[in-house]
Amino acid sequence: MSDRMIEVEDLRISFSSAEVVKGVSFEVDRGETFGIVGESGSGKSTVLRAMSGLNENWDGRILFNGEAVPKRRSREFFRKVQMVFQDPFGSLHPRQTIDRILSEILLVNRIGDIDRRINKVLADVALPRTSRFRYPHQLSGGQRQRVAIARALIAEPKVLLLDEPTSALDVSVQAEVLNLLADLREEHGLTYVMVSHNLAVISHLCGRVGVMQHGHMVEQVSVEDLRAGNVSHPHTQELRRLSVGLEDLQDA
Amino acid sequence: MLTTFRTWALDDTPTSRRQAAWGRRYRIWLALRRNPLAMIGLAIVIFFGGLAILAPLLAPWDPAAQDLAHRLARPSAAHWLGTDELGRDILSRILYGGRVTLGMVISIVIVVAPVGLVVGCVAGYFGGWIDTVLMRVTDVFLSFPRLILALALVAALHPGVQSAIVAIALTAWPPYARIARAETLTVRSSDFIAACRLAGASPRRVVFRHIMPLCVPSVIVRVTLDMSSIIITAASLGFLGMGAQPPSPEWGAMLAIAKRFMLQEWWVALSPAMAILLVSLAFNFLGDGLRDVLDPKQN
Amino acid sequence: MLVDIKNLRIAFTSRGKRFEAVRGISLSLGREKLGIVGESGSGKSLTARALMKLLPKTAEVTADTLRYDDVDVLKASERQMRKIRGGRVGFVLQDPKYSLNPVKTIGSQVDEAWREHKRGSAREAREATLDLLDQVMIRDPKKVYASYPHEVSGGMGQRAMIAMALAPNPELLIADEPTSALDATVQAEILRLINDLVEKRGMGLILISHDLPLVSHFCDRVCVMYSGQIMEEMAASDLMNAQHPYTRGLLNCMPSLMHPRDRLPVLTREDSWQEETAR
Repeated sequence: MSDRMIEVEDLRISFSSAEVVKGVSFEVDRGETFGIVGESGSGKSTVLRAMSGLNENWDGRILFNGEAVPKRRSREFFRKVQMVFQDPFGSLHPRQTIDRILSEILLVNRIGDIDRRINKVLADVALPRTSRFRYPHQLSGGQRQRVAIARALIAEPKVLLLDEPTSALDVSVQAEVLNLLADLREEHGLTYVMVSHNLAVISHLCGRVGVMQHGHMVEQVSVEDLRAGNVSHPHTQELRRLSVGLEDLQDA
Repeated sequence: MLTTFRTWALDDTPTSRRQAAWGRRYRIWLALRRNPLAMIGLAIVIFFGGLAILAPLLAPWDPAAQDLAHRLARPSAAHWLGTDELGRDILSRILYGGRVTLGMVISIVIVVAPVGLVVGCVAGYFGGWIDTVLMRVTDVFLSFPRLILALALVAALHPGVQSAIVAIALTAWPPYARIARAETLTVRSSDFIAACRLAGASPRRVVFRHIMPLCVPSVIVRVTLDMSSIIITAASLGFLGMGAQPPSPEWGAMLAIAKRFMLQEWWVALSPAMAILLVSLAFNFLGDGLRDVLDPKQN
Repeated sequence: MLVDIKNLRIAFTSRGKRFEAVRGISLSLGREKLGIVGESGSGKSLTARALMKLLPKTAEVTADTLRYDDVDVLKASERQMRKIRGGRVGFVLQDPKYSLNPVKTIGSQVDEAWREHKRGSAREAREATLDLLDQVMIRDPKKVYASYPHEVSGGMGQRAMIAMALAPNPELLIADEPTSALDATVQAEILRLINDLVEKRGMGLILISHDLPLVSHFCDRVCVMYSGQIMEEMAASDLMNAQHPYTRGLLNCMPSLMHPRDRLPVLTREDSWQEETAR
């Protein structure tokens, strides 16, 4: 059993004629949280979607737990690798109750004990039992995002891919969700890959960061180095400068 | 008992899927109730539906019973709506005619809406050659002028209610496919569908369990709005002698014969015309109301 | 005094239930830069819209005072308001994708904004537009003039929106989340641009945002709104000495690159904040 949970080698993705991801490689150890930061159009979300199996049009190699995964993933794969989406409004089926939304992966995989699992996962994400049979439009943005996290966790995966999980949330709700993600990571020994454009958020949860620009991963640094300014690529420096600049006000 | 249902359905924290689902339906009903025109439409539809179902109990006369001595009689106590050219009671013929007309319309819609829904959702979700093939087939049927195709079919088979149903159904299904496909295209790339795929759901499951339920409201609205045009098409076929055959009463056929007497014995034409008009109008009001209420933006 | 608001209340009635979205807001603004900060549902956008009488008729708007300069907004007719909107007050909204007409070129839209209030010939409008596009730091004004909104980047679209807002030479600019849809690098540039233009023209600025540090960087004064009320108001430079627990909570719960913490302090909302404080 390798210590490397995820390996991405020379990932290339094109849409129509444009190459959106131009040879990205990185590795994530078991239990680690790897962040991918970049601006819109950098290709960060595209990389995540290819890793998740949503996008089947890629070249290169993607390995989970030492095994190369095919373009079309199996049901077993989805039990081990799950994703949390950015928009809490769009990621839950508007006509299904929370209960039904959470049950889907259990039903598809014929996993029993649905009742107990749902109640447990609702407790894990600190959602009251009363929300179980509500519809998404009856919940707040923060609650919806918790449901999205619960849905990702209910089949007990090993890896969670997080696509800007808090970008659409208010700052106070973001703090709660970030704390929740950190707690769940401890409790379940999960490996995270998180995409964000916000360096502060990434540095809070992640140990290492990959910086993407125009489809390339231009640098990979540890968060400590990022903090200290030990970064070489100008884009990384620019992103760091902007993030620190905003914070300076808080210290001034 | 009604209030207990109401409190149960409107409970803010439902404890079962059934309760949540009924809560949703009840809220939609409450919203519909606030629309006076929709309620009028619903009332008329239920009224005529009731008349059609209870025709054998309500009709004072046998709709085929002729009384040539009293043909084209004015409305009277014995014949509330008068008699037609063969002395048959118009009221009874309207009631039984309702069974024929509404029966035809329901038979058509029951087949047409699900077929269109499936075709549209499958085409929209899978895209590629499946989409192209299905949509071209849809286009072919869509480009046939409804009445003329119906006439041709009915003439080729044999005139009668069954042929009329087949003929109308063949041209009525394409719009539903189009609607379903359009809705499917909007939701196909949404995150919640992506999440279903990430649960390992097969494409068939995604289409049937997750996407189709979202298309149903638009299809329902279209069905109610289509009812009026289907009724008129069925009546037109009857008018042209291609639908229900005599002596079977059918509103359109009744209207066709009555046109000969329109100037002097106008009541013979008035009844079937009003029946067609009222039912079509009612479905239109209802359809408009349903559209306002089922529009997801309102939720 | 450009804006004078005292005890503004906005309520909505839906399905028989009355909901007060704004509960007694008072603020005033001269030719300075005011930031209104709040989370979703705080009522910050509603306040700006009420000032411009842009709320739907179903909204109940009441206030002791709601004035824009010499105009009593509560009593003003739609015609009077139309003269103010655009002409005296410019708007920059959140997402240029949704605010710009997708079927018209950018140039034609800025032209229209200019001609609406300035009445000149088509040629004069085009000259003015090209000049404005240059002022908002667009490098190739002629090219952008002829482009459609979907052909330019988000940052460029937002610059075009600013040009549109400034075309009639307004006295006040209301920017509602002008940079939320933009990348960090572009955000800073756009805000600096707004800042410079506002200062150069001696305009007032109302900057509405959910981003507290961002707003305090670019404004003179900051109002913090929560649940339809103003919790606290202070000079931007005083932000760090904020007194109200809500403001402090907001500042504390943000993750920081330079000051990592194991757990982010969570904002516990006190019920007492919901109570109305007479101001």
